[in-house]
Amino acid sequence: MKDFTYARAENVAAAIDLVSRTQGARYLGGGTNLVDLMREGIERPDALVDVTQLSHRIEELDGGGIRIGAAANNAAVANHRLVRERFPFLSQAIVFGASAQIRNAATVGGNLMQRTRCYYFYDQAAGCNKRTPGTGCDAIGGFNRIHAVLGTSEHCIATHPSDMCVALAASDAVVQVESGQGARRVPIVDFHRLPGDMPEVDTNLRPGELITAVELPALPLARNSMYRKMRDRSSYAFALVSVAAALRIHDGGIQDVRLALGGVAQKPWRAFEAEGLLRGAEATQETFQRAAEAELRSAKGRAHNAFKIELAKRTIVSVLERLAGNGSTR
Amino acid sequence: MLGDGGGTTISLRVNGTRYDLRVEPRVSLLDALREGLGLTGTKKGCNQGACGACTVLVDGRRINACLALAMVYQDREITTIEGLVHDGELHPLQAAFIEHDGFQCGYCTPGQILSAVGMIEEFRDGMPSAVADDVAAGPAEFSSSEIRERMSGNICRCGAYNGIVEAVRQTFEGEAAR
Repeated sequence: MKDFTYARAENVAAAIDLVSRTQGARYLGGGTNLVDLMREGIERPDALVDVTQLSHRIEELDGGGIRIGAAANNAAVANHRLVRERFPFLSQAIVFGASAQIRNAATVGGNLMQRTRCYYFYDQAAGCNKRTPGTGCDAIGGFNRIHAVLGTSEHCIATHPSDMCVALAASDAVVQVESGQGARRVPIVDFHRLPGDMPEVDTNLRPGELITAVELPALPLARNSMYRKMRDRSSYAFALVSVAAALRIHDGGIQDVRLALGGVAQKPWRAFEAEGLLRGAEATQETFQRAAEAELRSAKGRAHNAFKIELAKRTIVSVLERLAGNGSTR
Repeated sequence: MLGDGGGTTISLRVNGTRYDLRVEPRVSLLDALREGLGLTGTKKGCNQGACGACTVLVDGRRINACLALAMVYQDREITTIEGLVHDGELHPLQAAFIEHDGFQCGYCTPGQILSAVGMIEEFRDGMPSAVADDVAAGPAEFSSSEIRERMSGNICRCGAYNGIVEAVRQTFEGEAAR
């Protein structure tokens, strides 16, 4: 691993100041992804500013929402009473991800910042526009079973690997960020980017910005929510396809819905089109199928991942049916 | 790997003892324990967070020492396999692993045992798992499927999983009965 300097930040202002005046500095959360990437030589920071001592509070907001300090570890979020009661799909998404050891160390801020698990991104001998811009994408003509089917470009077909972020995307979560230029609030759906012609840039964070918290606005329908993850083995594997959904039904009709997909795009994929078709419609299998078809209409399969398109549709329908069964009598 | 003259002096609290050692910032907690302090009970398997052989407890919580930088863990209470024996008495999990043949080659065993210690605490704290149907309700039964899911961050290439599950279950039930 390349050498670097290390400093521990005691507060947000100090962290931002340290990163802004240190060449090649990066914020360090739990390190479960960044340390691995540094050992592989894919990330090469000159300095790390440890932000794990910053706020890890999980607190209730007026109106019923929840604010999670960015340094909270993933396990603490999954096990928090308010999260389990009000956003069960977020708790589920977290415990479906990684291993317990990793969830205990990984922070919420770091989870948002984790990089793709594309094999070619990790293989320094391979062409990868995300790792080394201009070297092409070996995944497009290579083995692409785990790769994206939505929002891809000719430059990159990587996926975002997070489970947590899929539930956040379905929750209208807001990411609070701060830099020397001040603080701002970024809706989770605008936080991550699609690859376009700049796949090396994963997020819309500006240079030096620090994630300070994630806010979950009150979302009563999320009490009837679930996360389902389809993967090659039943534990400790990344999603091939995952679905986070929340549903409220009244008199047989869909009063409100939230739907997001994981494992299919370079960002957690909020299914706005499907939601639009579902809202106000009858809660039937046909409705769910129609919405799933519409959301996946623009999907593009490659040599080994075309199965994800049908898998995503079936998983959406199955999750919505399950939630409709859970919620229809309330 | 450890800084020779370079690096920074840090203080680690391991198994109740305070150690001062010099490390470069790039030294993992795993290498600091093994190479710096000679505590070689903690094993290096994949060195990328996939196998769990390096599992240690930090303030009672299990983590992968290979993905942890030593400098980050100053002033935390670190427990390794060497710290589980008390007054020459094996920890109940260690005894149960022997009784149930929870290993063959033994390489993954320190990580399995530390992981199981942390896992039992998590279960008691009500931590949900991926096999729970209702996360709001929390885990109900300390079943085989719960144990297997919660221990999935520890790989045993000899395939001693049945013995491991039995050892963990017996220890949990033994402690619950007390």
